[in-house]
Amino acid sequence: MSIFSEWTSALMPHLILAPIMLPMFTAAMMLLLGEERQRAKLVINLASTLLGLIVAIALLKWSKATGGTASMGVYLPGNWPAPFGIVLVLDRLSAMMLVLTSFVALCSIIFAASRWHRAGVHYHPLFQLQLMGLSGAFLTADLFNLFVFFEIMLAASYGLLLHGSGRTRVQAGLHYIAVNLAASSLFLIGASMLYGITGTLNMADLAQSIPSVAAADRGLLHAAAAILATAFLIKAAVWPLNFWLVPAYSAATPPVGALFALMTKVGIYTIVRLWTLMFSSEAGASALFGSMWLIGGGVLTMAFGAIGMLGSQRFSKLAGYAAILSSGTLLAATGFGQNELTAGLLYYLLSSTLAVSALFLLSDLVERWRNDGSSFSPYDEDETAPFLTPELTPQAGTNFDEDEEVLVGRVIPAAAAFLGIAYLMCTLVIAGLPPLSGFIGKFAMLTALINPLGMGSSAGMQLGTPGWTLVTLMIATGLIALIALTRSGIRVFWASHARTAPRLRLVEALPLAMLLLASIMLTVKAEPVMRFTQATANMLHAPGTYVKAVMSTRPKPGPVAHEAPSLPAESAMGSATESATGSRQ
Amino acid sequence: MEIVLAIAIGVLTGSGVWLLLRPRTFQVIMGLSLLAYAVNLFMFSMGRIGLAIDKEPVLASGVPQDLHHYADPMPQALVLTAIVIGFAMTALFLVVLLALRGMSGTDHVDGVDARNSQEMP
Repeated sequence: MSIFSEWTSALMPHLILAPIMLPMFTAAMMLLLGEERQRAKLVINLASTLLGLIVAIALLKWSKATGGTASMGVYLPGNWPAPFGIVLVLDRLSAMMLVLTSFVALCSIIFAASRWHRAGVHYHPLFQLQLMGLSGAFLTADLFNLFVFFEIMLAASYGLLLHGSGRTRVQAGLHYIAVNLAASSLFLIGASMLYGITGTLNMADLAQSIPSVAAADRGLLHAAAAILATAFLIKAAVWPLNFWLVPAYSAATPPVGALFALMTKVGIYTIVRLWTLMFSSEAGASALFGSMWLIGGGVLTMAFGAIGMLGSQRFSKLAGYAAILSSGTLLAATGFGQNELTAGLLYYLLSSTLAVSALFLLSDLVERWRNDGSSFSPYDEDETAPFLTPELTPQAGTNFDEDEEVLVGRVIPAAAAFLGIAYLMCTLVIAGLPPLSGFIGKFAMLTALINPLGMGSSAGMQLGTPGWTLVTLMIATGLIALIALTRSGIRVFWASHARTAPRLRLVEALPLAMLLLASIMLTVKAEPVMRFTQATANMLHAPGTYVKAVMSTRPKPGPVAHEAPSLPAESAMGSATESATGSRQ
Repeated sequence: MEIVLAIAIGVLTGSGVWLLLRPRTFQVIMGLSLLAYAVNLFMFSMGRIGLAIDKEPVLASGVPQDLHHYADPMPQALVLTAIVIGFAMTALFLVVLLALRGMSGTDHVDGVDARNSQEMP
């Protein structure tokens, strides 16, 4: 292991670039391969994703090991000092998100190897480009590059969503693309307004200049932040803006749905990152701006997600609403701006992402099992209800409990047992029941809400109406999710009539088992993980460290020194803009 | 000039949003395009020194080297990137639009014939 860390620190400032460059090169390379070389592409994709996971773990270890104020990797791709050139920043939060992304992506691509990657063309390059956009969004420290990486991520996600074609996907994709294009416009408006007010797009510089914004401009600043936040809230699927999510995510092929579970987390990530930087308690007159909006939006989203779960029966729809529920919880908890709560929130983010991804994968296996091998339910094709004939009498073979044979002692096939246990674990995590990680995450958040000073101390601050609302809703939505998931589970796993045993392949069972195992590991290793998220939260709520690390990084001296003094204001902002403007250099 | 630009941005945005909320896909894509134009114009006007009419685009010899004597190059760089990305996305959206048109036989955004949309969910 020491060789591993030595290798990491030797490569270190440049290794930050790897999560972006590796998928980009892989995607470019795979585009050169012909469409008939599916197997070669699959192998390359798997290898690249695995390598990405190893790199992400190395970065995580690095950010954890160095500790203190130096635990931030700052990379200057254009070799310009911070407010002028573009910057990539690796801190604990981005390292954590990178590991989560690579892990879920690895599970997703293994699952897709069973059959889904053959459902259309260019699955693998799109997959890698999506990874590139995700990693870039986590690493960038610059608003405009955030936009560029968002667009890379979204462009790939449009392709992945439409993968496999079919009318449902195209129709869901149309809404999804239209909403996201409108969101991109909002993003640009917000970013350029912020630039107009503060004169910078660098997040650290922005955080620095916000306390000194003139009082007359402060309303405009808040408007800009709100417009920018709306773009992120659409990604994070906050309540009135999330109507597109469930149709789109459940229409996508299941491995893509599992990958998309990460995309709502990108919205949450950017809100956590920007909000703690720009409107921390050190931000002067703008301190904690919009916290009530985040809490209110989050609470409404939670309620919507829970009601949606009650109203849906198909697993892919349930998974979509579970994603909405988890992002609502995260959003509301973000709005309080307490570091204990943020630590619990980050833990909950990890656990809920794993569970939602697992549920998406599970939905495919269960659907196929229920429909005896075909991907579509028979009742989706014609007009009859699932249990009743048009004359409202039960269909043959439907179990309505009365006059049925005794179920005791019936042999459960191993594959069915595996699916059942996997479903049970997803239910436990999503509903937040012990003993799995969902419970620990929710418990940590509830404890932090009720007593922010820690369990042992007697004095805490008053919770207030928003706090109690969140406490109530977190418990209530857990119960509702439990009811909804149990009901569907009973229908699929218990009340099943004579049905053949499901046929599972190893490549399908393995990623599911990996996701669930990761959830178990998160439970077993809860203490170190919580310590890590606590350190992350402490750093997030003291943005001075971040600002100092970014602003004090000096460029490396070039081979030709002592030329005419450069004019910093002339530097282009992003690598993308540099290539677009071309002659600007 | 500021007034003209502000009115132009407002009209484009208003028309864009209105078209975006229409039920026909062609109107939606026109709305998105208008919205993109409005955003691009808006970004131009957000330079650090305002609109900077008749100023040097970059520093030139003989002109004092301070912020009052040249235009901010940043909004132009941003707008260029935004145009490129927006254009690609619009092209992609057009393809999806045509695919849906082919599959559903109608140009309604929900893929249903608008006349029957009251009766059939």
